[in-house]
Amino acid sequence: MLQKLKSKQDLENLRKEILVTREKEKGKSLITVCNGTGCHASGCVEVTEAFRQEIANQRLADKVGIKTTGCHGFCERGPIVVIQPGDIFYQWVKVEDVAQIVKETVIQGGVINRLLYADPNSGKNYLHPSEVPFYQRQKRIVFGNNGELDPNNIEDYVALGGYSALARALEMSPEQIIEEIKKSGLRGRGGGGFPTGAKWESCRNAPGKPKYVIANCDEGDPGVYANRSLLEGNPHSVLEGLIICAYAIGSHEGYIYVRNEYPLAVENATIAIKQAEQLGFLGESILGSSFDFAIRINRGGGAFVCGESSALMASLEGKVGEPRAKYIHTAEKGLWDRPSNLNNVETLANVPLIINNGAGWFRAIGTEGSKGTKIFSLVGKVNNTGLVEVPMGMTLREVIYDIGGGIRDGKKFKGVQTGGPSGGVIPESMLDMPVDFDELTKAGSMMGSGGMIVMDEDTCMVDTAKYFLTFLEEESCGKCVPCREGIKRMRQILTDITEGKGEEKDIELLERIGQTLKDSSLCALGTTASNPVLSTIRYFRDEYEAHIKEKRCPAGVCKTLIQYYIIEEKCVGCRLCEKACPTEAITFMGKKKPVALEQSKCIKCGACKDVCKLEAVGVK
Amino acid sequence: MITININGQELEAKEGQTILEVARENGIDIPTLCYHENLAPYGACRLCVVEIFKNGRSRIVASCLYPVEEGLKVVTNSPRVINNRKMIMELLLARCSQNRVIKRLASEMGVEQSSFKSEYLENNDCILCGLCVRACEEVVGISAISLVNRGVNREVAPPFFEPSVSCIGCGSCSYVCPTGAIKLVNEEDTRVIQGPNWKTEFKLKKCKVCGNYWAPQTQLEYIRKKLNLPLDFFDTCPNCR
Repeated sequence: MLQKLKSKQDLENLRKEILVTREKEKGKSLITVCNGTGCHASGCVEVTEAFRQEIANQRLADKVGIKTTGCHGFCERGPIVVIQPGDIFYQWVKVEDVAQIVKETVIQGGVINRLLYADPNSGKNYLHPSEVPFYQRQKRIVFGNNGELDPNNIEDYVALGGYSALARALEMSPEQIIEEIKKSGLRGRGGGGFPTGAKWESCRNAPGKPKYVIANCDEGDPGVYANRSLLEGNPHSVLEGLIICAYAIGSHEGYIYVRNEYPLAVENATIAIKQAEQLGFLGESILGSSFDFAIRINRGGGAFVCGESSALMASLEGKVGEPRAKYIHTAEKGLWDRPSNLNNVETLANVPLIINNGAGWFRAIGTEGSKGTKIFSLVGKVNNTGLVEVPMGMTLREVIYDIGGGIRDGKKFKGVQTGGPSGGVIPESMLDMPVDFDELTKAGSMMGSGGMIVMDEDTCMVDTAKYFLTFLEEESCGKCVPCREGIKRMRQILTDITEGKGEEKDIELLERIGQTLKDSSLCALGTTASNPVLSTIRYFRDEYEAHIKEKRCPAGVCKTLIQYYIIEEKCVGCRLCEKACPTEAITFMGKKKPVALEQSKCIKCGACKDVCKLEAVGVK
Repeated sequence: MITININGQELEAKEGQTILEVARENGIDIPTLCYHENLAPYGACRLCVVEIFKNGRSRIVASCLYPVEEGLKVVTNSPRVINNRKMIMELLLARCSQNRVIKRLASEMGVEQSSFKSEYLENNDCILCGLCVRACEEVVGISAISLVNRGVNREVAPPFFEPSVSCIGCGSCSYVCPTGAIKLVNEEDTRVIQGPNWKTEFKLKKCKVCGNYWAPQTQLEYIRKKLNLPLDFFDTCPNCR
């Protein structure tokens, strides 16, 4: 049973106690299994269970411990298992591998080479996680502890120095904390990049009581799951940040707004709150001080627009999640018209680090205008997909090639979409651009919540813009005319272009609608919605023109504009494509003779091209 | 009192007023579709956008919502404002290609036709300004209709698209609708209110004296209860009282 801590000294004593107990167990082996969302999808639950079984069967419970942790970030290679002692990093672990791992690595101390990470380019094997290039170039100050701790065990967090920043903060005045955060240069990680310290200050100074603090975990961009993995993997870091924020602002009620599609995040945050209450980090007289604070979890229904602050607050109030004009800031009139401070969970997780290490330490990381690190969801046509945390200012090239391991299957890089549907596509010529808030905005994209979708030469940029606009059309709340009607019209025009029905005036019309959305929309969903279109027109105009003028899709994606054909010199008549074709468009013409493809029957599904081992199916 | 500058004119304004209120008080025209002086500003149609200049930068804001502040510089007819309004009008015109009010307003702003392909033009009357919904909620206090569904599927409707049981038939929604999307007809002893996707009928009350049908029974009953009036209070119409 956890005992309520009444002072900073109590916390320090508890930490020492935990460390002493753990020191005693040092001789024990430890199997760490990543239980993040990515690894869940690739079967970590079964693998964990298999380890438990095997340890029980071998009667090794005294000698071997099992720990399930949050996301390690290298989701591409999940399930990920790390064995101590030795710090051995195994990837793509399957249930069938478990017995062998226990026997050869845990008991005998050996290494199973086939489970080690092999660099996709050089083929070199790596033994320890720290050596793997994917991790080596990162700076995992926020995300690093994810792999070290069991999110459902507050002692793990305390052992790593958790809540010491809170203890320290409670000895500071609220103004001192705000000053420290302002000095650190921390900016909002949810997308806008608003200076966090200034936001806290205006909320603290705003008249009216009570004041509310809210953690935003309503991440909804396609392909982005960094906030989710943070709240799932290290919920206490978010809680600690939120408690410090509340103390600085003078709030006694806080909320975590998390989407219901993130059940593990909801569960882990709920458990974390309960444990923090038991230890006296939440509730009345926190750590013996005169500060009281409680946190409630509010589950969102999954609307993208509810990530916007005023829509989120409307949703929290039980109303339809629609935004309102923010000419009067939510810091002054937010939740229930009271001063409210909303921060992204990643922003909050940075707060304890700044309080503990000082603003100077934080300022030393990053660029002039953007300090600290940023977690990106590196996905798409890149070898090492996953969650990466890098110092602000690292170039896109370093992120994509050094950490991401370059483009899959030796293909050519074409563009990278940052900032999700609200961001834009950045072309190859700008790969050496340092990634920070201001540079991305200048390039016509944005930081957003940290999406980074890498696209290769087989990606059509008009089709990409259409994809994001289709998403936004579904997610627009429909309140204001430019967003509701404008996105729909842009999507219709893009659809026409991809179907060969584009007209020369379409590009100019898209730009005109896009500008109106930017200027006149009610909320940030609308003002940024045209970014995918405007950025692709800006950097890939020739591709739009090829679709419109030549009725041709250079990337070979837009179905109406392409044709599959058999490259006769390469085809040996193996009949694989004939079997794969769902419409019998391919006819066998005899052994060692090329097959025939009947265009009128072809539905352009690409199944023939996918199965062909000789690359004898072409697209034109 | 604070001073703001609209189109080069120095104007006096009261704290808490919006740009639109000050402009209209001073005879400066700003078009609106979702604004009504008796309802809280909503900011949905965006036709009232103006350009403001602050700290050396300019931005487009909705004048119906933007609170005035000392020294604020506003331009209501800059090229940027006009371009935005015209595109918004084009978007509305594409949605309501046959609506007379929208066509006239567009024409006044120099938009004769929408740039969008004719095959995509729609024939709605409702522009989703929400005036009906807000009047029903804020003025009448009933909330018989609301905005349902999201985004492009958004529409005004009573619950489950069925004739609303709480609607009193007052017709405020029809009265306040800027485009005539909600129709109200009194025929003999019946009032019919018809919106884009619903239709409700109400029995009208007959005046004891003149015998004319003069108001929906449900509405009179609602007022009578609200003001605690005697049972026979509405037996005669205002003309015969």
